[in-house]
Amino acid sequence: MNAIVPAATETNVGNPTLNIAVFAIFVVATLAIVIKASRRNATAADYYAGGRSFSGKQNGIAIAGDYLSAASFLGIAGAIALTGYDGFLYSIGFLVAWLVALLLVAELLRNTGRFTMADVLSFRLKQRPVRTAAAISTLAVSFFYLLAQMAGAGGLVSLLLGLDGDAAQNVVIALVGIIMIAYVLIGGMKGTTYVQIVKASLLIAGSLVITFWVLAKFGFSLSNVLGAAVDNSPKAGEKLLGPGLKYGTSNLTKIDFISLSLALVLGTAGLPHVLMRFYTVPSSKEARKSVEWAIWLIGLFYLLSLVMGYGAAALVGPDKILAAPGKANSAAPLLAFELGGEILLGLISAIAFATILAVVAGLTITASASFAHDIYAQVIKRGEVSADAEVKVARRTALVIGAVAIVGGIFAKNQNIAFLVALAFAVAASANLPTILYSLFWKRFNTRGALWSLYGGLVSVITLIVFSPVVSGKAPLTEGGPSPSMITDPSIDFSWFPLDNPGIISIPLSFFLGWLGTVTSKEPSNELKFAEMEVRSLTGHGAEKAVAH
Amino acid sequence: MSHDAREHSETQSGHSDPYVAIQRTDDFVELRRRFRRFVFPMTALFLAWYFLYVLLAAYAPEFMSQKVWGEINVGLLFGLGQFVSTFAITVLYVRWADREFDPRAEALHDRLEGAPQ
Repeated sequence: MNAIVPAATETNVGNPTLNIAVFAIFVVATLAIVIKASRRNATAADYYAGGRSFSGKQNGIAIAGDYLSAASFLGIAGAIALTGYDGFLYSIGFLVAWLVALLLVAELLRNTGRFTMADVLSFRLKQRPVRTAAAISTLAVSFFYLLAQMAGAGGLVSLLLGLDGDAAQNVVIALVGIIMIAYVLIGGMKGTTYVQIVKASLLIAGSLVITFWVLAKFGFSLSNVLGAAVDNSPKAGEKLLGPGLKYGTSNLTKIDFISLSLALVLGTAGLPHVLMRFYTVPSSKEARKSVEWAIWLIGLFYLLSLVMGYGAAALVGPDKILAAPGKANSAAPLLAFELGGEILLGLISAIAFATILAVVAGLTITASASFAHDIYAQVIKRGEVSADAEVKVARRTALVIGAVAIVGGIFAKNQNIAFLVALAFAVAASANLPTILYSLFWKRFNTRGALWSLYGGLVSVITLIVFSPVVSGKAPLTEGGPSPSMITDPSIDFSWFPLDNPGIISIPLSFFLGWLGTVTSKEPSNELKFAEMEVRSLTGHGAEKAVAH
Repeated sequence: MSHDAREHSETQSGHSDPYVAIQRTDDFVELRRRFRRFVFPMTALFLAWYFLYVLLAAYAPEFMSQKVWGEINVGLLFGLGQFVSTFAITVLYVRWADREFDPRAEALHDRLEGAPQ
């Protein structure tokens, strides 16, 4: 990746001043909204859950804004432009996953928890050990996801602003971090939610414009777009339209793809920053509506990215995309430039920045809530702490997380760390989802089972990733070139696990450990607490109400 | 906040507990049965359909690459089919929950509200 930096200035397109201006307008506008939204931001329910006063529709749009990260927006369009159908396959896993959240998790979680995933997992088990484990898993997922977003911000800068100096990239990463901290500290969950709503609306509007434009160029025929994409991709040719270009090269890549699909479809409903969004609505019925809206919007967006991806192949072409500084990530911006020149590129750039800001703000609030509410208030202080003191700790944690994100983003900006998003999904699917499902549906489930599935999932995923080819030992793409692993020195190779994605091992393992821990423990199930949890989860009795303002 | 009152009642217990009492009613058993009867088979269905698609994409690329009309091939139709099924299950579930689930859940909720605590 580093090798292409010198060529960046030549391949840069667009007008950096204009891009910066559009971005500045977005930041000023959203900060104004955040400040306005923050007038009432006093209680813990305000800071963590936006007073639980958002409608299902608003929350659904915000979920789409939270979920459609830069990896979705730029990554999937780029993957479709370069690897065709396999990029499309990737997006389908991200969508179908929402049915798990809709049918099994969202409403029951909303009815039994207050602010965090740990609220639900520890409901009828031993508070301190389970909360600690759930918080560690939450912090791990949020950290991996956050680092991937921040590092991506640096790469985007060189692509969109024409700033390819090291110092300039660092400044922009720091700026992203500072604006994000401002959103979180001033606006809390309410402000963050509004930023996500604005961003999701811009993202979908921008994608609609590009898609319409692409289709108009080809007589509104998807078939013509596909044909032109094939004609413009001499290397891939017809293969662009069928599966296998990326994942079909060997038996191992096929198994890797199945492993990835498993993590995608089961990971979404275990992502802590997604789960926390269900607490921002007043009832489980509104949580249901949130997921319904999110599914429509996310589905629509992935349909649009299908056209944008093949449109980029047809109108920009793979050679030009690969020569650009962001490689696959530059497909959507280059397509925007091809269609609408500097102005459309400026808008798309601003949307890409907005995407990063909205996602990192959501992650930061989730991580700070988990530390303050689970670790500080419940584990360290054993619940003997005022809500005010807890929120104070949450704000300080957000500040620390922001600083860590800035330093981590600067440190990681030239690393091959796109795998971190897949890692976050793998932990969510392996550690979190099995534990959530067991605690909602299995009466006998107990503390040991929860600890084994949480820690077992987390440790197995991280171990398998560290010893997989994404960290070391991938063969260089060009003779004598750098390895596409995180460790780019091809002579260093300590990998023994052959797959990039550990889900196919770690997800069944974690389900098994949750069962094994439960049946080997003598701890009896707490009948009273189970009755309370089951009745509350289904009837909504005793569920946290919206804060009256 | 009605549940606060009950958190203290943990010390007492017995079947006088309002949640245990409700949990044992026929109406609640029926609510849980209906809920599980809808969501579990539906989950099995969409996961099976999704993994059928994933396996076809991985192991039957020739089949997926067959043209249907113009440049549109079987794989694209299968993929769009995943969107259609996701949207359809969402609509089905929301309609089912609004009509079948919510009234029963609300009735039990109200019974708990009226129960002595």
